[in-house]
Amino acid sequence: MSDGVILAAENLTKEFKGFFAVNGVGLNVREGSIHALIGPNGAGKTTCFNLLTKFLSPTRGTITYKGKDITAMSPADIARLGLVRSFQISAVFPHLTALENVRIALQRRRGDSFDFWRSQKVLAEFDDEARALLADVGLSEFEKVNASELSYGRKRALEIATTLALNPEMLLLDEPMAGMSHEDVDRISALIKRISKNRTILMVEHNLSVVASLSDTITVLARGKVLAEGDYATVSKDERVVEAYIGAGHG
Amino acid sequence: MTTVTETSSPILVQQSAGAMPRHHVLIFAGLLALSLAAPFFLYPIFLMKVLCFALFACAFNLLLGFGGLLSFGHAAYFGAASYISAHAAKVWGLSPELAILSGTAAATILGAAIGSLAIRRQGIYFAMVTLAFAQMVYFFSLQAPFTGGEDGIQNVPRGNLFGLFSLRSDFTLYFVVLAISFAGLLVIYRIIHSPFGQVLKAIRENEPRAVSLGYRVNRYKLAVFVLSAALAGLAGATKAIVFQLASLTDVHWSMSGEVVLMTLIGGMGTVFGPIVGAAIIVTMQNYLATFGAWVTVIQGVIFVIAVLLFREGVVGVIGKWIRKPL
Repeated sequence: MSDGVILAAENLTKEFKGFFAVNGVGLNVREGSIHALIGPNGAGKTTCFNLLTKFLSPTRGTITYKGKDITAMSPADIARLGLVRSFQISAVFPHLTALENVRIALQRRRGDSFDFWRSQKVLAEFDDEARALLADVGLSEFEKVNASELSYGRKRALEIATTLALNPEMLLLDEPMAGMSHEDVDRISALIKRISKNRTILMVEHNLSVVASLSDTITVLARGKVLAEGDYATVSKDERVVEAYIGAGHG
Repeated sequence: MTTVTETSSPILVQQSAGAMPRHHVLIFAGLLALSLAAPFFLYPIFLMKVLCFALFACAFNLLLGFGGLLSFGHAAYFGAASYISAHAAKVWGLSPELAILSGTAAATILGAAIGSLAIRRQGIYFAMVTLAFAQMVYFFSLQAPFTGGEDGIQNVPRGNLFGLFSLRSDFTLYFVVLAISFAGLLVIYRIIHSPFGQVLKAIRENEPRAVSLGYRVNRYKLAVFVLSAALAGLAGATKAIVFQLASLTDVHWSMSGEVVLMTLIGGMGTVFGPIVGAAIIVTMQNYLATFGAWVTVIQGVIFVIAVLLFREGVVGVIGKWIRKPL
């Protein structure tokens, strides 16, 4: 394994009753890079993501994060190591306010919050920081609004603010642009670019112009296997990739 | 369009990590005033029954409404505590407060044992596992020698509180039961509005997201399960002293169903809903008793109407009207 690799997967395989959703995938994500995972529908991108964060258990293969074998760890413990994921459908806590959403993540710093006898007033210490994070993603004026009432783009922004509250070393973003309007895409792209400083980002994304402008490395998956890997220029010229994407209008 | 609706409807805004909202303080004060005056007008035994079931329903709602976990076996904790409390008072000769504590402790231990197995499953499977364990507790209660089988434990002495104050008078006992259930309600209120309660709401709202933020959700679920079982036990243990009786009715599955009914009719996930739900159901059972088995049918009809027409329950609907969380 080369130096500077923060997250590595080797021979990653997930079998669902004879069907190989992910089949012998090897992946090396360099520290500090933005790495994109692309591929046609059903290529196994999201399954791959779920395996890396242990929301699914791999049938075979190993996952190493910062030189540590995390294959057998629970998803919550992986998050505690600083490897934090987002979800395809926006993952907010709908009946909590925007401020409370972010505070839930900040609250993790207290360790486990089993203190049911204490008033939640103790959480006020996180309010300023939560407000700063909301301001960072342009949600200042919505701090008292329930997350369920926010527009889709703002929900995604809130989700990113919540994730950033954990100050994770590595982010796994599952289709951050899915279902977004044009302006939202630009806003979130800029945000991702900005937060990628001092961080590693691995993302699954369908929007190829976003992938082209943001990523340092691209891995193309098809039918559960790695088809090609490299920067956008290399990958977009690869014949097998073009073939896999025929009909999608890219080449 | 979206921005307009967002900014123009800051409804259901919760204070951030603040003190108890003013309308909650008013409701608590009103409830206390009402229950202090009630025994002068209504039959104390009936009122005590309402109080015990209100506490039971609030304990259940802590698990369902705030933890998002539907247990279909809460009779196990209510009933087990009832048996232990009755046994402690009658056979061991403990004073009522110690008997109630023993019953509560038993429910807590039972909750920890059953909970640690049940939380491994989700949704309907969770409900079925809790029901299965509750049925085991029922058959144990039917067969075990100390529970008195079909007869239950009868003529439980009410004894003297702290060995000093006789509780033979319904009137005196009423104020003791009021203190217990009010304290229980305040404990539940605090749990909901604690750092723990905040994580609990997050898990209820979006469990995978809570996991991805690094929360070990099963430990929180177990904690709330045990707290809920303990408080349900407190209600059952107190009930045994009030009626001087612990019987199979307390552990029967229909008791588990009744508490679901109370919570849903009052308003699941509201602080005060289960109290109203318990009051409605207990009142119906008391005043419609002349209809015999028809009470169950009437209850069923009311339940169907509630689910179809006002799913948020009585208090949930009122909360929507006044645009404040109750």
